[in-house]
Amino acid sequence: MKMRWLTVFWKEVKENLRDRRTMMTTFVVSPMLGPVLFAVLIGMLLSLEKDRSEKPLELPVVGAQYAPNFVAFLEQHGVKVLPPPKNSELAIKARDFDTVLRISAEFPKQWRAGNSAEVELLFDPSRQTAMRAIARTQGLIESYSRQMGSLRLLARGVNPEAIRPIELRQTDLSTPESRSSQVLGMLPYLLFLTLFMGGMSMAIDATAGERERQSLEPLLINPLARGEIMFGKVAASGAFALTSLALTLLLYLIGFKLVPLEQFGMKLALTAQGCLFLFLLLIPLALVASAAQTALAAFSKSFREAQSQVSLLMLIPALPSMMLMLNPIKPLLWFYAVPFFGHNFIIERVVRGEAIETIPALIATSSSMLFAMVLLFVASRMYRRESLAVSA
Amino acid sequence: MIVVENLYKSFGDKKNPVHAVAGVSFTAPDGQITGLLGPNGAGKTTTMRMLYTLMAPDQGRVLVDGFDAVRQATEVRTRLGVLPDARGLYKRLTARENIEYFARLQGIPEALISERVANLSQRLDLAEILDRRTEGFSNGQRVKTALARTLVHDPKNVILDEPTNGLDVMSTRSLRKVMLGLREEGRCVLFSSHIMQEVAALCDTIVVIAKGRVVASGTAEALRELGGSSNLEDAFVKIIGSDEGLMA
Repeated sequence: MKMRWLTVFWKEVKENLRDRRTMMTTFVVSPMLGPVLFAVLIGMLLSLEKDRSEKPLELPVVGAQYAPNFVAFLEQHGVKVLPPPKNSELAIKARDFDTVLRISAEFPKQWRAGNSAEVELLFDPSRQTAMRAIARTQGLIESYSRQMGSLRLLARGVNPEAIRPIELRQTDLSTPESRSSQVLGMLPYLLFLTLFMGGMSMAIDATAGERERQSLEPLLINPLARGEIMFGKVAASGAFALTSLALTLLLYLIGFKLVPLEQFGMKLALTAQGCLFLFLLLIPLALVASAAQTALAAFSKSFREAQSQVSLLMLIPALPSMMLMLNPIKPLLWFYAVPFFGHNFIIERVVRGEAIETIPALIATSSSMLFAMVLLFVASRMYRRESLAVSA
Repeated sequence: MIVVENLYKSFGDKKNPVHAVAGVSFTAPDGQITGLLGPNGAGKTTTMRMLYTLMAPDQGRVLVDGFDAVRQATEVRTRLGVLPDARGLYKRLTARENIEYFARLQGIPEALISERVANLSQRLDLAEILDRRTEGFSNGQRVKTALARTLVHDPKNVILDEPTNGLDVMSTRSLRKVMLGLREEGRCVLFSSHIMQEVAALCDTIVVIAKGRVVASGTAEALRELGGSSNLEDAFVKIIGSDEGLMA
């Protein structure tokens, strides 16, 4: 017996290659989406970093005349002291400034008395972009305070270290690779997204579309099991998903070579071998995506319903990736048995240029193959339903 | 030969089911044209769907050349050529690709396919449209292509669901010629229609279906006698018991 699912496979490929919309999603939109999103995001992050570290810190100071030495210290450390706005609170709300320093009129009196002199820093911590300016200002104030404190102690004949029993020294062990992988945390999801998008329009067309155009009924009367027909269609949309994936990996490979990430202290270790490994790693997931999409398209009652449900499916693999971006954890071995979730860790290792571990890759591959089998079984159940062919 | 024994099929929820087919039996012998005649909604299409293995009957059975349509569906499918009510051609494929696809699905050796397609093209007068994409085909061209697809595996039994639906006079005439040719070749031809003249002109046996049941069967003459009218249309209306079905 010839493998007749191949007949279905080739017919779907031929038919969909002639469909402009499917071609656009599979060969243009889906492969480009990730790299373009990535380029925009990295560009934004890099320009932000550059801005923050190189630009002088602009700080409006209220009552600068009460503490000329303190203000001079700030200016020596790269702060551009500005005249205060009319209403400091409003200026921060209106995002005119990240932060405003207010020196009270009591400052000189308290200072001379050797008490703690009060300064007030106004800011809105819910504004992420302001946090760097705020932290820098706080640091400068702290260090002036410490310096002056030490001088006061020395004047009284006390060793300043007496009030500093612990001296904290921080050692940064992050490498350029590991720093860039923070930004790259979204790469796994973008790859999953490409897998789902690449085969989506074919999966919908080959099942819900055929039913809508009433060609499913004549097709199902042929002497092959519905499971074979279903498998031919899943394989075809899986092949489109993998084509999309191959293109997107190629774009990442070229893109990361062109963008001078090293210049910003980031280094990516995505090599051609790494890309090939990722491609092989994700083959079972392409089958998972296509089988799930086909099952859902067979389950839905109309073409439109299929479109909206299958699109929602793309959000499911986003959940583990999002979770890991917000709360990075160290992988336990069983994580690898969860499709998509486990793949996150492996993809990140590859992108960081670390050695590939065999056992996690094997676990992830076999568990996702198993999951694909289960979904194929579900899809074949959906295909065996009597109502499948009978369109309204 | 197709033997239908006491078919039942209902749809919808269990409390309030719609009995689409409620006790249909008939035999369509080889070398004859058998017509299923009935008003819209009488259960013709549902009956045919059970014949060509798309649906399983709730009760009763269908035998095609002695094979059971439920338990030996694959055997039955190779022996059946079916033109469903929904012609369902692939718009982005040419007529030839449409026919070849079904030939391959039927398991016809690759070497034989082009010969079969050439024969059918001649028989159904497809030469002009064979290598055009089916998008934009006229109704007649669509039916011809679908019919070629139906016959590509040389089936002993041919089921045609409302084959003349939407065809003009010329296409209808050539379709009739094809059906008569199939009978000459000794095939079992079963077709459904709601047009009495057509059924009367073609069929050796007419099976009249109304409200999911067989209400009469026999030759056109026998039915005229049964209905007590020399006009088949009047006889038909009398036999199905009312004219409501015609308007439904």
